[in-house]
Order: sequence, then structure tokens, then C-alpha cells
Amino acid sequence: MTNFLDSGFGLALTIMAQSLMVIAFVMISLLFLVYGDRKIWAAVQLRRGPNVVGAFGLLQTVADALKYVVKEVVVPAGADRPVFLLAPMIAFVMAMLAWAVIPFSDRLVLADINVAILYVLAISSLEVYGVIMGGWASNSKYPFLGSLRSAAQMISYEVSIGLIIIGVILSTGSLNFGAIVAAQDGSFGIFSWYWLPHLPMVFLFFISALAETNRPPFDLPEAESELVAGYQVEYSSTPFLLFMAGEYIAIFLMCALMTLLFFGGWLSPIPGLPDGAIWMVLKMAGFFFLFAMVKAIVPRYRYDQLMRLGWKVFLPMSLAWVVIVAFLAKFELFGGAYARWAVGG
Amino acid sequence: MSVADFAFYCFASVTVASGLFVVLARNPVHSVLWLILAFLSSAGLFVLLGAEFVAMLLVIVYVGAVAVLFLFVVMMLDVDFSELKARMAAYFPIAALIGAVFLAQLVMVFGVWQSSDGAAQLRGAPTPDPAEIHNTKALGNLLYDQYIHLFQAAGLILLVAMIGAIVLTLRHRTDVKRQDVLAQMYRDPARAMELKDVKPGQGL
Repeated sequence: MTNFLDSGFGLALTIMAQSLMVIAFVMISLLFLVYGDRKIWAAVQLRRGPNVVGAFGLLQTVADALKYVVKEVVVPAGADRPVFLLAPMIAFVMAMLAWAVIPFSDRLVLADINVAILYVLAISSLEVYGVIMGGWASNSKYPFLGSLRSAAQMISYEVSIGLIIIGVILSTGSLNFGAIVAAQDGSFGIFSWYWLPHLPMVFLFFISALAETNRPPFDLPEAESELVAGYQVEYSSTPFLLFMAGEYIAIFLMCALMTLLFFGGWLSPIPGLPDGAIWMVLKMAGFFFLFAMVKAIVPRYRYDQLMRLGWKVFLPMSLAWVVIVAFLAKFELFGGAYARWAVGG
Repeated sequence: MSVADFAFYCFASVTVASGLFVVLARNPVHSVLWLILAFLSSAGLFVLLGAEFVAMLLVIVYVGAVAVLFLFVVMMLDVDFSELKARMAAYFPIAALIGAVFLAQLVMVFGVWQSSDGAAQLRGAPTPDPAEIHNTKALGNLLYDQYIHLFQAAGLILLVAMIGAIVLTLRHRTDVKRQDVLAQMYRDPARAMELKDVKPGQGL
């Protein structure tokens, strides 16, 4: 058996099985995330939310997904058919690809590569193509305007996300997620994590993540009061489902990034309790709760305000933080809280 | 054939094929999309070479930023490319002449090119052993330690180019209404509005 697993074909099979496990985890959590999102939203607005399909409406998302799949795919007459159908696939696949490097514990990781953070940045910069291609191929005004907005928005906030991540990389001295989490391991539990030394950037990263994933209050690409539904106007059935699923997977990925970069990944918050994947999942669920609450309570931004916030507030702040962290790390101030190369390696 | 060989032939054939389709595609937007595929598969080739940092930068910078701008411009352009291509036959002889001249020049250059004896050694010198140090660190050492002045000079040139572009295109229009965020934030109710007690039947 071990001989077979070490051979090229066996190795390929093992990797495929592991990838399937990650995909299954993401897809199953997706079902409950969409449900949880709607329930939290309903609770804030004093409604009951989904409550008919299954116990407490738990299977509502399954029913919705089935409904999307069995409906007819409508392709507009003037649409560029191959690009039109390719766009939602790209949106979904790109959102899924980034999960390849996300570790769930120090041993549960699909691809433990040197440049894991750069890989995530690269893949999330590809996600914008699904939106642009979808908007353009629809051959219609609202989708095109929506996709232009979305592209500008995602590129602007990617810049500040990149700079914030550079601060964390400077403190760790590695681009590997395992090393970043290992650097946050300390004797003070929750107070050894990066959120304390990098406190201002935690808020900036959270807000940039909202904008990067086109999540309210920055859901301008699909602002229904101005653009009907933005780039999704002409989509129906399974292609629409793929766009929707891609969006939620990207949001969940941002929760995972928050957890890994600032909140210690799989480390336990209380010293003495065992570390493990369960902490990682709990923290990710906690951040998803925050994302859902923001959607429920914050009104939508105006587009020029969004751009102003991205380029005139977030970019200078995160750039200044990179310089500050570089100094703090170089001279090992604050008890070396910013320079953890020895731990992270 | 090992997995790496198989991956190489996949990436290489996709790169060449998509490069071909960049030229052949009728729709300019499709050309840009093929170009993006070419970038992605050449990033795959970099990964196979063990240069994963360069591969990721290629994707982040070229695919994530430059190609998006290309795509924007091409989508916005309202050019009928079939009309442009119809007149291609008229320009073909002069284009072929220019091509032939360039090809001849390249052949002449390569014909008389002489590498110095120590060139191979010099090229090999800054490359550290990949087993000892991973390539992000190696590139960092090279760029930020050995060639820091050249690197800074390149950055300055880009900065000057950026400022130049902004100066050339920036104009302050006075006939449009602008939002002054500070003025909005410093407004207070006492100065912004006045409450009047209107008696019934009298008006103001």
C-alpha cells in the first residue's frame, strides 16, 4: 500500500483526494454560511428568516441551489456566448483555487508553499476577471457599468490589502502561513497574536476585505437601486449560482486570512488549552458573523466616497504602517513584538 | 515522462497556442483574454523553473493590474477592427519591408556577437544554491543589498514618470460642483440651519 502511495500515480490520487476534502469542507460550510447570513440578517431586522425547508430552515440553501440548477440558462441575444458562460466559471474556480494554500492546523494543509500569501494575492487578483468578463459579455449597459465599478474597486483595495500584509510579513520574515502562525505562538495566548501589535491594520484589513469581496456596504457593482443587479443582471440559473457561490467563498477566504494573519490561526486563545483546527474554524465563523452584521447594519457607500476612502485614507495609512513596522522590527522595540523572525523562521 | 515534464509541455503548448490566438482572434477583447492566458501559463513555466516568487509577481502585476487596464481600454474603444483589417493588404508590402529590415539587423547582430570568456561565470555568480536559500530571500539580497542604488534609481525614474503623467493630465475645473469633505464634516447644525417659529395663519 505504501509503495503504491509513493508512486507517481498514487501520489496524484492522494493529492486529488485531499483537494476533494478541502472542496467538500468549503462547499458544506458554504451551505450553512448562506443560511447563517440570512438568519443573522433576519434577526437584526426582527424577521424569522428561512424557516420552512428542513429543521429551522437549515436545508433552505440546498433547496435554493437545486432550484438554480434545474432552471433554464438564458443567454442574451447579443451576448458573447463563450465569454458569457466562461465568466461565472472563472469567478467560482478562482475563489476555490485560493483554498489550496490555506492551512487548518500545523499539519492540515494541502500545499505548504513558500510564497503562500503571494499565491492568495495573485489568485484574488484574478477573481476580478469573472466580473469584468461577465459584465462585458452580457452586451448590456447595467452589467458593463457594474463590472467597471467592480474592477476599479477590487484593484484599489487590493493595493491596501497588499501593504497591510507586507507589515505582517516584515514582522515574521516569511511568506508561509505556517511560519506566520508559528510566529504568533507565545505564552500569553490571545495577547501574543498579531492583532495587538498590528491593531490599526486589523480594522483596515477588515474594511478592505469587505470592499475586495464586493460585500455591503461596498456592494456597488450590484447596487440594486442604481444598476439593477450590476454584472449579474443577465445571468440566470447555474451561471448565477456560480457567481453567488464564488462571492461567498471569497468572503469565507477573507475570514480565513484575517484568522491566519492577525488572530493566530489554529492557536488556542487561552494558554494551556490544546491548539487545533477547531479554533481555526471557530475564528473563521466568528469573522463571518462580523461580515454578516456589517451587511445588516451599515448603509451602502457612494462610489466616489469608496474611491476616496481607498486611495486617500487607506493607502497612505497602510503605507505609513509599513514604514513604522520596518523601524520597529529593525530596532526590535516593544520587546521584539514586531520582530519574530527567530520564532517564525 | 515525469509529472514535471508533462506540466512543462502543457504550459509551453498553452503559452504558444494562446500567443497565436492573441494575433488571430477577430475580437480585440478576445485577444486580451488570450494574452492573459499566455501570462498565466508562462507563470506556470516559472514555477517549474523553481522561480515561484517571479511567477507570483508575474500574475499579480501583469495579470492582476496591467492586463485589467488593457482590457478596460480595449473594451471602451469603439473601433471596427474588421474595417481596419480590410485595408491590411494595402499596407502589407511596407510592413513586410520593415519586418525584413529588422530580421536582417537581428541576424547581423547575432552573427558578430562575441561573448567575453568570463561571461558564463559572471552570469552564474550571483545565483545562490536553491537548496540553501529560497528565491524570495535570494532576490531580496540581490535587489536590496547588492544593487540597492540601481533599484532606488529605477524607482525614482518611475516616480518621475508618474508625476509627469499626472501633471500633464490634471486640470482644475472651476465650473463643476465639488465635494469638500472637510467642510462637510465641520458643518454644525447651529450654523447650517435656522429654526423659525411660524405662527398659524401668518406665514413668514
